[in-house]
Amino acid sequence: MKFANLLFLAAPIFAQEAFVLRNVTIHPVTAPEIAGGSISVANGKIVEYGAKVAAAKNVKVIDGKGLHVYPGMINCATLMGISEVTSVRESNDTNEIGEFVPQVRAVIAFNPDSEHVPVTRVNGITSVVTMPASLTEGRGSGGAAQSILRGQAAVVHMDGWNWEDMGINRNAGLLMRFPQIVTARVSAFEGSAAAAIPFADAKKIYDAELKKVDNFFDAARRYQTAKLAKAADFKPNVQYEAMLPLLEGKAPLLVPAERERTIREVIAFAKKQKVKLILLDVQKPGKSIDLIKENNIPVVVGKPTNLPLDEDDPYDAAYSLPGQLYKAGIKFAFGTYDNQFARNLPFEAAFAVAYGLPYEAAMKALTIDAAEIFGVGNVTGSLDKGKSADFVVTDGDPLEVKTQVKMLFINGKNVALDNRQTRLYEKYNSRK
Amino acid sequence: MRFALLLLASAATYAETIFIQNATVYTVTKGTFKGSVLIEDGKIKQVGQNLAAPSGARIVDAAGMHLSPGIIDAHSHIAAGAGGINEGSVSVSSMVRIEDFVDPESVAIYRALAGGVTSANILHGSANAIGGQNRLIKMRWGKTGVEMLFDGGPPSIKFALGENPKRSGNPTPAPGGPTTVARYPATRMGVEDIYRQAFTEAKEYQKAWVDFKSGKSTVEPRRDLRLEPLVEIMEGKRLVHCHAYRGDEMLMMMRVAEEFGFRIATFQHVQEGYKIAKEMVEHGVGGSGFSDWWAYKMEVVDGIPYNMALMTSKGVMAAVNSDDAGLMRRLNTEAAKTMKYGGLTEDQALALITINPARHMKVDDRIGSIEVGKDADLVIWNKPPLSSYAVPQKVYIDGSLYFDRDTDVSSRIAKEARKKALEEKAKAQQIPPQPKKDSAPQGGPQSDEVR
Repeated sequence: MKFANLLFLAAPIFAQEAFVLRNVTIHPVTAPEIAGGSISVANGKIVEYGAKVAAAKNVKVIDGKGLHVYPGMINCATLMGISEVTSVRESNDTNEIGEFVPQVRAVIAFNPDSEHVPVTRVNGITSVVTMPASLTEGRGSGGAAQSILRGQAAVVHMDGWNWEDMGINRNAGLLMRFPQIVTARVSAFEGSAAAAIPFADAKKIYDAELKKVDNFFDAARRYQTAKLAKAADFKPNVQYEAMLPLLEGKAPLLVPAERERTIREVIAFAKKQKVKLILLDVQKPGKSIDLIKENNIPVVVGKPTNLPLDEDDPYDAAYSLPGQLYKAGIKFAFGTYDNQFARNLPFEAAFAVAYGLPYEAAMKALTIDAAEIFGVGNVTGSLDKGKSADFVVTDGDPLEVKTQVKMLFINGKNVALDNRQTRLYEKYNSRK
Repeated sequence: MRFALLLLASAATYAETIFIQNATVYTVTKGTFKGSVLIEDGKIKQVGQNLAAPSGARIVDAAGMHLSPGIIDAHSHIAAGAGGINEGSVSVSSMVRIEDFVDPESVAIYRALAGGVTSANILHGSANAIGGQNRLIKMRWGKTGVEMLFDGGPPSIKFALGENPKRSGNPTPAPGGPTTVARYPATRMGVEDIYRQAFTEAKEYQKAWVDFKSGKSTVEPRRDLRLEPLVEIMEGKRLVHCHAYRGDEMLMMMRVAEEFGFRIATFQHVQEGYKIAKEMVEHGVGGSGFSDWWAYKMEVVDGIPYNMALMTSKGVMAAVNSDDAGLMRRLNTEAAKTMKYGGLTEDQALALITINPARHMKVDDRIGSIEVGKDADLVIWNKPPLSSYAVPQKVYIDGSLYFDRDTDVSSRIAKEARKKALEEKAKAQQIPPQPKKDSAPQGGPQSDEVR
């Protein structure tokens, strides 16, 4: 009983801890940098930052002389918390079975003690979007057939006790596999192409899937109408209920679309269904860049370090795509589409910078733009007053590989920088 | 006559005398300084801070630029055909050879070149305990497969431990994937046995030849192309590059090798090398692996990005490799990760992708650093080579320019027009489009090893 009381008391005291970080160069991303600045934090939120920051007496002062502060970065495509070891089926909760499972939620399967969380965040990644499916799937990651409406993605803080306090947007969008005409299937794991499907057959599968999708959306709309009308024979339906945020424009549809043809079809579909859209894994948009811009559709760009999709693409096609999106005025963010390399997010952005993306645009894409695209722009993504105190303190440019992260704050908490890997390092470094 | 002249002219280009000046020169073995490099007959003729350009040399002004040795990737499967690197029907396939099927048209070669890679060891996959004979190639894009083969260094072979060689004993196919017939081994225990069996056989074979050559036996043994490479291993003539992840299996491999009187040259991937660095130093084996891969399967759960730094500080000769056509294009930033994780110096980090892999393959007299007499395999970068923003501008192999970013970028419009014209022509003649090579998604045929 006593113990329970103590816990109850301890939690609010901890959350209210206030501090000022002084003598740092602040890179707010949304405003010009400030040398010799300070940033003040209370109750897990940013109170203010600037050249002169007053702080109440008795508030803890942290000296950050010579260091740099950046808003925490957001990895917009991961399997964080729901996938541990790619090839071990039991450690993956990424792919549910069933063609239309909009009701399944990544957030509730999020394991806060996944080893990937502390490994990833030490590179300054303070939030991630976790997706209920892998986009480049290996063996053992889940159900045999890929579903079409795959479930709800979530934006998750990279520190906390459980998914209830970590999930900062529990429904960040509904992930969809858009039907495509696929004539050859390549196993990502074995690298061998399975038997090719004749075009006519592939087209039939595609047409049938599209029809199913239309039917499902139509049914969901009828459900919505019936519910609004309080129809006498209305019966609740979990699947259709999960479609309502999408149909009401409260949550976007998230659709991987690598190439121009898919991008055009997906945009036409979203317009027809009048739903908000975020394109994922865009790799070779071609002339559809104009269409993306016209419709102001945000994009999570394919990894800049991906190989070009086609043999005769310019060798730097993927490196230079973010720069092209920027030039076209498209709002975009970065993701790694996995957990293993989720920590390398800033280095992905660096490749885009090396091949033409302005540095400032890269930093925005990693922080504020990512937050705004996934509906958490009022919570995180910059150092603005009132936002969650999510920032990283480094000895230099976070996009440079050799830069060291010195401190990390999530929700105002000074997060420890150790993890399974540092512990193994310490253990075996001590072996004589 | 004209044709002959043209040939003569191109021959002259090949052996051009080039003077690269005003660069920041990263020799790797002899420090970093502002200076020049003179290339003659495809070799590095002079390196220094106060060199004068000889008359007649082509001057390449690299002011503000950075010059490093060409990157060496000690583990790659590019240019070896899609899915053709695992002779998975047997667990000892020591007779198969990469050099028999190097595909010079694989675009992965050009893409790697554009990332500063000038040499790569092309290995078999890891489905078999003993995979096949590797081949070091130079990325001489535009030449034939035979012309790409590196002309020197000892031959080598691929071994493999752990989950991959035992997977064939546990054939649980991917959904929709091909079914396979189970074959021995199915455990790490069986993998050790495979080596014992194979080398026991090889020893007998070796003895049969010794007996025949010494006249002790009059029956000439029948040549066995599977056992011959194993005899070469025992005689120290062929290097073993062994795919391995866990510390226990690497220990086993070293002990089995010692039992049969040979040494392992390198462990590849070597995720847990940091756990057995002491034993690796005693055996004299190098460690060649990824910078930060982990968690993709059970045996790499203890993979840590500090591995390279730990091995280095404990005396293991370490190298960073790619095993992947995508990653291969950015080994410079992969090496830089060892500065972040474990605090290696710039020189130590650069050595991981240049001189150290050259030492692993015993070709460090030819490549891997900027030193007089070595092959002129060089990269001009716009930023320090370990920077995230470094982009290769020019890449030389044997003193010939094989990649030039300006030329690549400026030729794109013409290439696009040529492609359009060909497509029109094909349409007019109703030729169906050709299947594309090397265009599979990542994780597809280009990284065709079963990792």
